[in-house]
Amino acid sequence: MSENEKNQQGVQDKTRRIFIKNSGLTVGGLIVGGAVGSLFGIKSDTKTEPATAMVHESAANPNEALMYFNQEQYQTTAAAAERIFPKDESGPGAKDLNVAIYIDHQLASPWGVNAKDYMVGPFQKPDEKQGGQLRILRKDLFLLGLKGLNDYSNKTFKKKFTELEAKDQDAILTDFESGKAGDLSGVSTNVFFKMLRTLTIEGAYADPMYGGNKDMQGWKMRKYPGSYMGYTKEIQSDKFVALKQQSLHDHMGH
Amino acid sequence: MATKLPKVPVVIVGMGWAGGIIASELTKAGVKVVGIERGKDRTTSDYLMGHDELRYQHRTELMQDLSKETITSRNNRSMTALPMRSYGTFIVGDGVGGAGSHWNGQTYRFLPYDFEIKTLTEQKYGPNKVKPEYTIQDWGITYDEIEPYYDKFEKMAGISGETVELYGKRSNPYPTGPMVKTPIMKEFEKVTKKLGFSPYVIPSSNLSETYKNPDGIQRGACQYCAYCENFGCEYGAKADPAVTVIPVAKNTGNLDLRTHSNVTRILNDGKKATGVFYVNTITGEEFEQPADVVVVASYVFNNVRLLLNSGLGKPYNPETGTGAIGKNYCYQVTGGATTIFFNDKEFNLYGGAGALGMELPDFTGDNFDHSNLNFIHGAGIRVTQYGNRPIANNTVPKGTPSWGAEFKKQSIKYANSTFPVKVQAASMPHRENYLDLDPTYKDAYGMPLLRMTYDYTEQDREIVKYMAQITKKIAKEFGADIMETNEEQAPFNVNKDGNTHNTGGVIMGADSETSAVNSYLQMWDAENVFVAGASAFPHNSNYNPTGTLSALSYRAAEGIIKYIQQGGLLV
Ligand SMILES: Cc1cc2nc3c(=O)[nH]c(=O)nc-3n(C[C@H](O)[C@H](O)[C@H](O)COP(=O)(O)OP(=O)(O)OC[C@H]3O[C@@H](n4cnc5c(N)ncnc54)[C@H](O)[C@@H]3O)c2cc1C
Ligand code: SF4
Repeated sequence: MSENEKNQQGVQDKTRRIFIKNSGLTVGGLIVGGAVGSLFGIKSDTKTEPATAMVHESAANPNEALMYFNQEQYQTTAAAAERIFPKDESGPGAKDLNVAIYIDHQLASPWGVNAKDYMVGPFQKPDEKQGGQLRILRKDLFLLGLKGLNDYSNKTFKKKFTELEAKDQDAILTDFESGKAGDLSGVSTNVFFKMLRTLTIEGAYADPMYGGNKDMQGWKMRKYPGSYMGYTKEIQSDKFVALKQQSLHDHMGH
Repeated sequence: MATKLPKVPVVIVGMGWAGGIIASELTKAGVKVVGIERGKDRTTSDYLMGHDELRYQHRTELMQDLSKETITSRNNRSMTALPMRSYGTFIVGDGVGGAGSHWNGQTYRFLPYDFEIKTLTEQKYGPNKVKPEYTIQDWGITYDEIEPYYDKFEKMAGISGETVELYGKRSNPYPTGPMVKTPIMKEFEKVTKKLGFSPYVIPSSNLSETYKNPDGIQRGACQYCAYCENFGCEYGAKADPAVTVIPVAKNTGNLDLRTHSNVTRILNDGKKATGVFYVNTITGEEFEQPADVVVVASYVFNNVRLLLNSGLGKPYNPETGTGAIGKNYCYQVTGGATTIFFNDKEFNLYGGAGALGMELPDFTGDNFDHSNLNFIHGAGIRVTQYGNRPIANNTVPKGTPSWGAEFKKQSIKYANSTFPVKVQAASMPHRENYLDLDPTYKDAYGMPLLRMTYDYTEQDREIVKYMAQITKKIAKEFGADIMETNEEQAPFNVNKDGNTHNTGGVIMGADSETSAVNSYLQMWDAENVFVAGASAFPHNSNYNPTGTLSALSYRAAEGIIKYIQQGGLLV
């Protein structure tokens, strides 16, 4: 453990002690909070291992596998997401952040089959102020969109999307964004584009357990600390306080 | 066939703040209560993995499951209402604690002006200040009458705050001191004082210090953990029915809490309720629960929907302006903000709390002269620090593309260097803004969905224009590098507008012709039905609603106890 990490850990232990002192969630002496209850049970020497130990083994990360896409769909998604959030001097882009892995996992999740959406008909054409009225599931729309990207690339440049130069990929995506690229089985390309954009940003910044934001590098770029117990001290400071990133994994010991 | 259960004194539909407060007050007084809640039970131990922006905020973990029920919406009567299929705006609560588990905790009192808005507006500005299509009316209760209930709620929840001169008189100071001030709050304080305004720290349900309430519940201080709005508090620092009133009710042994139970109808004989009909959402079993008193506390939307689906009260008719159920639906107005960007200053905006911020009282209610203005009421102008979570916060200067290299560069550059001077303005009721049953769409139990007919009015557009000039003036004083003002209120968009403060539909008043419930929230047309929640507000103020709906719930609890003893209409 580096000196820096040790200091970091000292600070965390202290925060936790202060927190335990301040927190007494009780009803007539009964502890009602599970979070607090389990904290009381923690001895200060049984601290969670910092997640950094795993970072260097990322090549063997078992999470980097596909639940939904085939290889080509995965490659197309990775290429398109990279144009939305490209690598630059500030840090990695969507590809290096594993955004396409994130998207794959999301489409395979209940969200991909619109499990919490109201899906009862009739499905009518909405006014723009009424929100989406699509019958198609997210997982199906996304595949239609990927196919659409390739069809439109072939039509425009006689090549697959992944074979295009970055600036031509941008031209294709621009036409998808404006809806100029037409329809995907009756759904505007713009709807697919919006979904791709949202998923890309989520994949860059969601907790790494979802498959993206690899090694918390998305957070590092914007100096976002991730998940801490609290920031009482930092928010009162006049100076910017850069903290070392932590993810939900760091809370597993609680 | 539904199972008919033995009769009970009181059944409450919904276990959020309204239902929780009433359950706690009744059970403490020795009344046996059945609490019916469609969602699951919750404790703070559910939030160990709570700092998960994707799960809680973007996948709305704690909110109503729209696959089972939603609302339909349209901007006016000539349109066909369509269902809100996935969440855009109004994220509705679900489960024990309701929206009180994932709220921000900004906890205000309404102004004396609010409760007597019609009388006071006419007194000061004459009878023609407000056009007749704006159906404003007095609440049937004065500020002085509701004050003791505010006091009770604030002591139970441990509200942290400071007394503000321009607001109604308080019988006691806030039970805990104000939240801490961050550099952006201090700067807001400095520049607005310079402009002659009187900034104050927003009253908060995120405890500023450890606090033990009169029920013996002790909670720890807020850690400014930044996962508050849309999230549950793993510390119990945020006042939530699930860590305050509901454990107290459970401890009495008088609360029979039934979760995963969805009430579809209030059974009644046309004059009085006889009980409720509910479905176990896991097994599909149906139950009839007879009761002497039925309390409807299922949030604005379902309060209205349950009454309409049960044939209780007179539905509002926008053609004639008669009937009360569904009348005076109001929202809130949030246009007029100015966003500022700094090129070489970074703030610790990753940290914060749901109710952390500063606000001006100067432009609220009737605290400024409206003689030459073509609107009434006002807005709270504020700077807040909730903690900028990275998926939701990617504000870039206008003209920046929404994706690609330039977007990435700018969104990262300003990640810790931009914030808005915000507006939250009052919403006046309008004849054409109302709630009724949808003729087409149904919920998972076959009951019609609620239909919302709503758009912003001229009054709202005028208020936004006015407030935009003020946020601009304040923002200028910050000396920022870029300043952008949202000058006009766009039409209501169910997918975009991000305010969750719905009010009205079962409004209170002194007259049974123009209101649905009296000042004890007792239905004029069915004396053993009490309808609690912001559904009782005849208009929406510029403040967040929960302080006021909770105060009214304390009053309703008092009314219910009186009703059990003496019966009849209480007013
Ligand atoms: C993200 C967010 C932030 C907010 N921030 C603030 C704030 O800072 N300040 C403020 O004042 N307000 C805020 N609010 C609003 C506040 O949360 C609500 O005003 C308040 O919680 C409403 O309380 P309630 O008891 O009326 O309704 P709810 O809390 O919605 O409770 C109603 C309960 O009834 C249940 N229910 C509904 N229908 C049925 C049925 N048919 N059968 C059985 N049970 C049913 C629901 O599951 C729910 O648990 C916020 C809201 C949200 C969503
Ligand atoms: S900000 Fe404070 S009150 Fe809100 S969830 Fe975090 S610790 Fe709890």
